[in-house]
Amino acid sequence: MAREGAVGAGVTEMPPRYSEFQRFCSVFFSRSLVLIGLIITVAAVILALFAPILAPYDPNKQNLSQRLLQPSREHLLGTDALGRDTLSRIIYGSRASLMVSAGALFVATFVGVLLGLIAGYFGGIAYMFIMRFIDALMAFPTILLALVIAGLLGGGLTNIVLALGIGLISSFARLMCAQVLSVKENDYVLAGRAMGASDLRMMFMHILPNSFPPLIVQVSLWVGFAILSEAGLSFLGVGIQPPTAAWGAMINDGYKYLLTNPALSFAPGVAIMLVVFGFNMIGDGLRDALDPRLRGRL
Amino acid sequence: MSVLLNVENLKTYFRTYRGLVKAADGVSFSVNEREIVGLVGESGCGKSVSMLSVLQLISTPPGEIVGGKVLFDGKDLLQFDAKGPQMCSIRGGKIAMIFQEPMTSLNPVLTIGRQLTEMLELHLHMDKEAARERAAELLRLVGIPDPETRVHDYPHQFSGGMRQRVMIAMALSCNPRILIADEPTTAVDVTTQSQLLELMKDMVMRFNTSLVVVTHNLGVVARYVQRIYVMYAGRIVESGLSKDIFAHPRHPYTIGLLKCVPRLDEAQGRKLVPIDGLPPNLIGMPPTCAFLPRCGAKIERCTYEPWPALRLVGHEHYVSCYVDTQEMR
Repeated sequence: MAREGAVGAGVTEMPPRYSEFQRFCSVFFSRSLVLIGLIITVAAVILALFAPILAPYDPNKQNLSQRLLQPSREHLLGTDALGRDTLSRIIYGSRASLMVSAGALFVATFVGVLLGLIAGYFGGIAYMFIMRFIDALMAFPTILLALVIAGLLGGGLTNIVLALGIGLISSFARLMCAQVLSVKENDYVLAGRAMGASDLRMMFMHILPNSFPPLIVQVSLWVGFAILSEAGLSFLGVGIQPPTAAWGAMINDGYKYLLTNPALSFAPGVAIMLVVFGFNMIGDGLRDALDPRLRGRL
Repeated sequence: MSVLLNVENLKTYFRTYRGLVKAADGVSFSVNEREIVGLVGESGCGKSVSMLSVLQLISTPPGEIVGGKVLFDGKDLLQFDAKGPQMCSIRGGKIAMIFQEPMTSLNPVLTIGRQLTEMLELHLHMDKEAARERAAELLRLVGIPDPETRVHDYPHQFSGGMRQRVMIAMALSCNPRILIADEPTTAVDVTTQSQLLELMKDMVMRFNTSLVVVTHNLGVVARYVQRIYVMYAGRIVESGLSKDIFAHPRHPYTIGLLKCVPRLDEAQGRKLVPIDGLPPNLIGMPPTCAFLPRCGAKIERCTYEPWPALRLVGHEHYVSCYVDTQEMR
């Protein structure tokens, strides 16, 4: 820090100050599982970003003369019923998984946070209306709700993002609302109002940033769920539409050949498992690192 | 000196499950220009509620301002919508308020500088550069060393006394006409208390601001205030110039308050006498004087007559008591 230099000579050196970021990192990286999760996640993101370079074959190129091949040197995970390279399809499939879960979480967080903020801040009638609506959403299981919405809107990336996003709104709205209710009782909210801040300024400059920590954890913990849901919807055939590669759809295509070509179903299953595990570990790490009860313990 | 703020017969009630709480029940007071006024009373007597009502910061429900006038600059502030733009520009811009808890009155996720510049941009429409310079200047004025660096710090990097200094800087940043300080020194230690009071006095003189100090400790404000209002159970029971109040208190409650704090200007060996009993429960109060159960000077008339109105007993000295306490002191 610049200020410590300004203390001047003759003064005993101040003890090293741990910045909030250093403290965060030391807790976050202290568990090896979190580190493994981070590596898996980063690998998945790299796969998705550089799929055209990393994939050995075109994922959609059919070659009926090479259908249902066992794993070999040319096709590390074999080929499917249409002669497409499974490894390439898994690499491309990571795009669908990550894009859908990121998009769905963005929709859910954006709408949920906004609704929760309004309900929590204004209370009264706004609270009643919004929270009863959220309760109604919660009455349906997320996957069922997404299934209905996807069924109504049809498949495709945008629709599946919307369907999952709407299904996830309720948990974010509830968390945000509870968080706002507790944050707005702080003295600085009254002080801010006494200094002339309007409702909008109060909500977005003072209350929202102070409500973030649990929200960040919530997002990271729901990524895994979103990926699983996307796979589930694709498996059921209402998700990403063929021929685009998606892990859930690949499991569905492959399970008919489970006894003869187990890699067809297992490989995408393992991919889903690894990525979900990775995101969950990151979520756990974030939760531990952002937990205020652990403040001060390094 | 002209009257800047005139509060007339302010009534703020809270509807609770156990009954109606008349937290401020006909409070009247005035603040002149460049004057330091003290509002003194026990916890729960309605001091803070009265001040929050002036700025319409009472949360409704359960609170409600049911009557009275808050005349500021010839306008009745209670006519404005509590959340409307007029009120927002008065709060902080014309009447600023600081609170008891410096530790929690600053937003922990914004830098000190950002919180100061926010106000300057909001009320004085300064651009970012000018606001940043002004913020550092304000911090220097309130005695924060090395202000150019400290504007980038977060509240948790400041001590309690320094945070209250920041609050003072923030409150005065837009040259308000009145600064309301709600128990500004209660949460800090005694040394810091006097430093903060000196600072506030200097600052309001420099900025030509009036100051209202709300406190439960008469001794704290004795040196600084020019006029004092003593509150009890939601009403003003005595008011006057501070030298009159300290030399010739007339209400038994004020007399009791002065007897229970040590004074430097009297013989040693005097015993401090506490006021017996507890402040009354504000739910379902009898119409008689609220101080009656604790009063050592009561006469028979007190037990059946309603709470007495304020009567003039000296130069600008009002008291609400039937007893002529002149001789009982």
